[in-house]
Amino acid sequence: MPGTETGSGTETGSVSVGVRREWQRAELVAAWPQTDSARSLRFRVPGWAPQLPGQHCLVRLTAPDGYTAQRSYSIASTASTPELIEVVIERLADGEVSPHLHDVLAPGDAVEVRGPFGGHFIWSGGSPVALIGGGSGVAPLMAMLRCWRERDRPVPLRMVVSVRAPEQLWFAGEYGAETTVVYTRQAPPGWPRPPGRLDAPAISAALAGLPPETTAYVCGSHGFAEHASRLLVQTGWVPADIRIERFGPS
Amino acid sequence: MGSITRGFTGRRQHAQDRLPPGQYDVGTGFPVLTAEVTPELEPDRWTFTVEGQVAATRTLTWAQVQTLPRSTFRGDIHCVTAWSKLGTSFTGVSLDDLLAETPPLPAATHVLAWSHTGYTTNLEVADVVGGRAWVVWEHDGNRLPAEHGGPVRLLVPHRYFWKSAKWIAGLRFLDHDEPGFWERNGYHLRGDPWREERYAGD
Repeated sequence: MPGTETGSGTETGSVSVGVRREWQRAELVAAWPQTDSARSLRFRVPGWAPQLPGQHCLVRLTAPDGYTAQRSYSIASTASTPELIEVVIERLADGEVSPHLHDVLAPGDAVEVRGPFGGHFIWSGGSPVALIGGGSGVAPLMAMLRCWRERDRPVPLRMVVSVRAPEQLWFAGEYGAETTVVYTRQAPPGWPRPPGRLDAPAISAALAGLPPETTAYVCGSHGFAEHASRLLVQTGWVPADIRIERFGPS
Repeated sequence: MGSITRGFTGRRQHAQDRLPPGQYDVGTGFPVLTAEVTPELEPDRWTFTVEGQVAATRTLTWAQVQTLPRSTFRGDIHCVTAWSKLGTSFTGVSLDDLLAETPPLPAATHVLAWSHTGYTTNLEVADVVGGRAWVVWEHDGNRLPAEHGGPVRLLVPHRYFWKSAKWIAGLRFLDHDEPGFWERNGYHLRGDPWREERYAGD
């Protein structure tokens, strides 16, 4: 794919090239709910290499007999809080890892993490962006939005968040005028757009005025990513300017 | 062994010995994790090119590959994001048959596979010969859907699945290793699931 970012370092973070990232102890220092089924976890990781917005980490749990389970999670926090990383865990009823992270893990407990990883779905803050997130797909985009604000909004940025209902919106209260929230099933009272799937007029209106060199970052389930990326192509975006991260079953 | 996580027992699976380290059985699902827009590529427009360190450059069409001996892989596939899909099948043609008329030259040590989207991934020549790699257009008896790489994808099941390039367009044989898309973005050059070679340096 043309136009991918490579390289081994910037002022705020790095892409792991050739150097192995080791498992590190991560102590839970804070936890709070995002929604009924999503929990934010803040870990302290001594010596953590600063992440770029959009990167992910692995979380590993180990049973007394040595059995392990690991999953990857996007990092929602920026490198402005050294050695502290925030991930948000959606609780999957039949999951192996997420119920433990929801129901058992308490402040003071430790897990192991590896990272940060990812060199494609990253944004260093220097170029115009359109961020399109569906449901839990807003997590890596929130790192980008937070980075943009910390840098005093250096470039054009727009964000579109698609969510079923207000009580399922992650990071509620953190969105500003740059963001359009599209409710697909149920909207708050008086919301200007009736509930409905993200469509071409909504995405065009939300992204109007961005310069031609803008890169779009789409994140969500496969179904959402497929739908949103098709809408972007329909509304004039070229595939080479669209980066996608699809959330698998983890 | 890692540090024990308080209160974690885990869910061991029947097929645990069939799973490479760190993997879990995804069951009947087949997740899609592509980083690109899914292309609409009709079989009539699909081509497959063999070039570089080979006896002769050759481009085959959909109709031409259909005349080659059909071959089915049955077994397990492993995604670097930790899911494995056990007991699945893909049908197409083995790369041994595909390369029979244009075999790699002795100087060839590596291969860069590329897709009609521009995606690339690298492999060793030993990974794509000897009955270990295919190009496939059927999954479990059905036409391979576009989201899974249809009309035709590469299949290298003994490597993490990012090596099995979707929408495969060709193989370039090289006398050196050349990292592809994910390999330039922090992932391992070889990607052997049994050695858990997920990320650079693993």
